[in-house]
Amino acid sequence: MDKETYLKPLFKGNPITVLVLGICSSLAVTVQLKGALVMALSVTLVTAFSSLFISLLRNTIPNRVRIIVQLVVVAMFVILIDQALKAFSYDTSKMLSVYIGLIITNCIIMGRIEAFALGNKPWPSFVDGAFNGLGYGMILIIVAFFRELFGSGTLLGFQIIPESWYIANGGWYANNGLMILPPMALILLGCVVWVHRSIDKELQEQ
Amino acid sequence: MNTNSNTYTIIYTTVLVVVVAAILAIVATALKPRQTANIELEQMKSIMLSANVGESGGQPDKKADFKKLYDQHITEAYAIDAKGNKVAGVDAFKVDLKSQYEAIKNGGNLTLPVYKCKLDDGKTVTILPCYGAGLWGAIWGYLSVEPDGQTIHGAYFSHASETPGLGGEIAEPWFYNQFDGSKLQDAAGAFSSVKIVKGGANGNPNGVDAISGATITSRSLENTIAAWMDYYKLILGE
Repeated sequence: MDKETYLKPLFKGNPITVLVLGICSSLAVTVQLKGALVMALSVTLVTAFSSLFISLLRNTIPNRVRIIVQLVVVAMFVILIDQALKAFSYDTSKMLSVYIGLIITNCIIMGRIEAFALGNKPWPSFVDGAFNGLGYGMILIIVAFFRELFGSGTLLGFQIIPESWYIANGGWYANNGLMILPPMALILLGCVVWVHRSIDKELQEQ
Repeated sequence: MNTNSNTYTIIYTTVLVVVVAAILAIVATALKPRQTANIELEQMKSIMLSANVGESGGQPDKKADFKKLYDQHITEAYAIDAKGNKVAGVDAFKVDLKSQYEAIKNGGNLTLPVYKCKLDDGKTVTILPCYGAGLWGAIWGYLSVEPDGQTIHGAYFSHASETPGLGGEIAEPWFYNQFDGSKLQDAAGAFSSVKIVKGGANGNPNGVDAISGATITSRSLENTIAAWMDYYKLILGE
C-alpha cells in the first residue's frame, strides 16, 4: 500500500471538490461546526467499516445482487450510528436529524465500495474508506468553520466575535444571515473548489 | 463454488439479512432505555424553560439538571377533556401531543395535559402544551400562565424542521422570551389567544412580534396556540 491510498482521497481525489460526491449533505449539515464534526466522524466510520466488511465478503458476494448486499451492510452501519447518537448525544442527533439516515444514500460510500473494496484486500479497503470519509469531512469542516463564524459569530457554540461589536449592543457588526442558509454553503464550496484548483494545477480542465 | 446460481444467491441474501436484522434488533433493544430517557429529559427541559426555570439571563442554563428541577417544581400534572374537566387515570407527561393535535382537528376524545409549577417565589403557574403543523413539519411548545389566568409567565417552542434562521427562530430565546408578560385578553377584556403580529406588536399587550421572512411559521404558531387555548381557557384563572 503506497502513500497514494492515504493522500489521494484527501487532495487529488477529494470526494467533494474533485469527484463532486456528497454535495447534498455538505450543504445541509455545515451551519454549525459541531454538526459538521459529528457528520465527518460518522461518514468516516461508515465508509471505513462498510469498505472493510464488503472487502472481507468480496469473494462470496453473488455478483447479481452485489449492490443490494452493499446497501444492507451500509444501512446497518448507518442505523447503528444513528441509534448510538440518539442514546449518547441526543442534542447532536436532533441537530443532524434526517441527515444521519441519509448517509446511506451518500454516493461516496457506494462509490468507494464499487470502485475499490470489491477488488482489494480488507486492510487497504478500510484505509481507502476511512481516508475518503476524512476527505469529505475536511471540506465539511472548512465550510462549517466559515458559516458558523460569520453566520452566528460563534465556533463550536463559543462566542468568538465580541458581543460589544454587535449593533444591538451599540457596535457596528451584524451576523450575515445568508451564511446560515444553504445557498451560501454552495458558494463557499465553490470557493473551496476554486482555491483547491488554483493550488493544484493538474486539476484544471483545459 | 458457483456464486451466481439462484440457490446460492437466495441463501446468501437470506442469511445476510437475518444476521443484520439480529444485530440491529439487539442494539436497538439495548439502547432503548437511554433513548427514552433522553426524550423524557428533553420534554422536562421544555416544560421547565416555559416557566422560565433553569434559565439564566433569558438563555437556557447549560449546566441545569432539568430532571431535578422538574421533580422539584412540578406539583401536579393532569389531563383535561374538551369541557375542561379532569380526566382520571391519565399520565399527563406521557400523553402524545400529536395524537391530541389530531383529536382537536378531527374531533375525538381529548386528554390535554396541564402542569402546575410552583416557582421559587411561591407562585404557582399553569403550564400548557401545544402542538401543530408549521411550514415543513411539526411545531410544538409550552406556555406558562400566571395565577390570574390572563398573563403569560413564559413560553418555550420547538420544531421538527422549520427553516434555520427563519421559521427555526421560534426555538430561539429572543422569540419565545417576548411572550413573557403578554396578555391573553383583547382591548375589551375578553379572552383572546396571543397574536403574533407581522410588522411588530408595537406595545399591544395581546401580541408579540412575528419573524420577518417566516410568515407561515409565525401564523401557524399563532393558530396552534389558539386552537389549544380554546380548551385551556376553560380552566385558566381557577
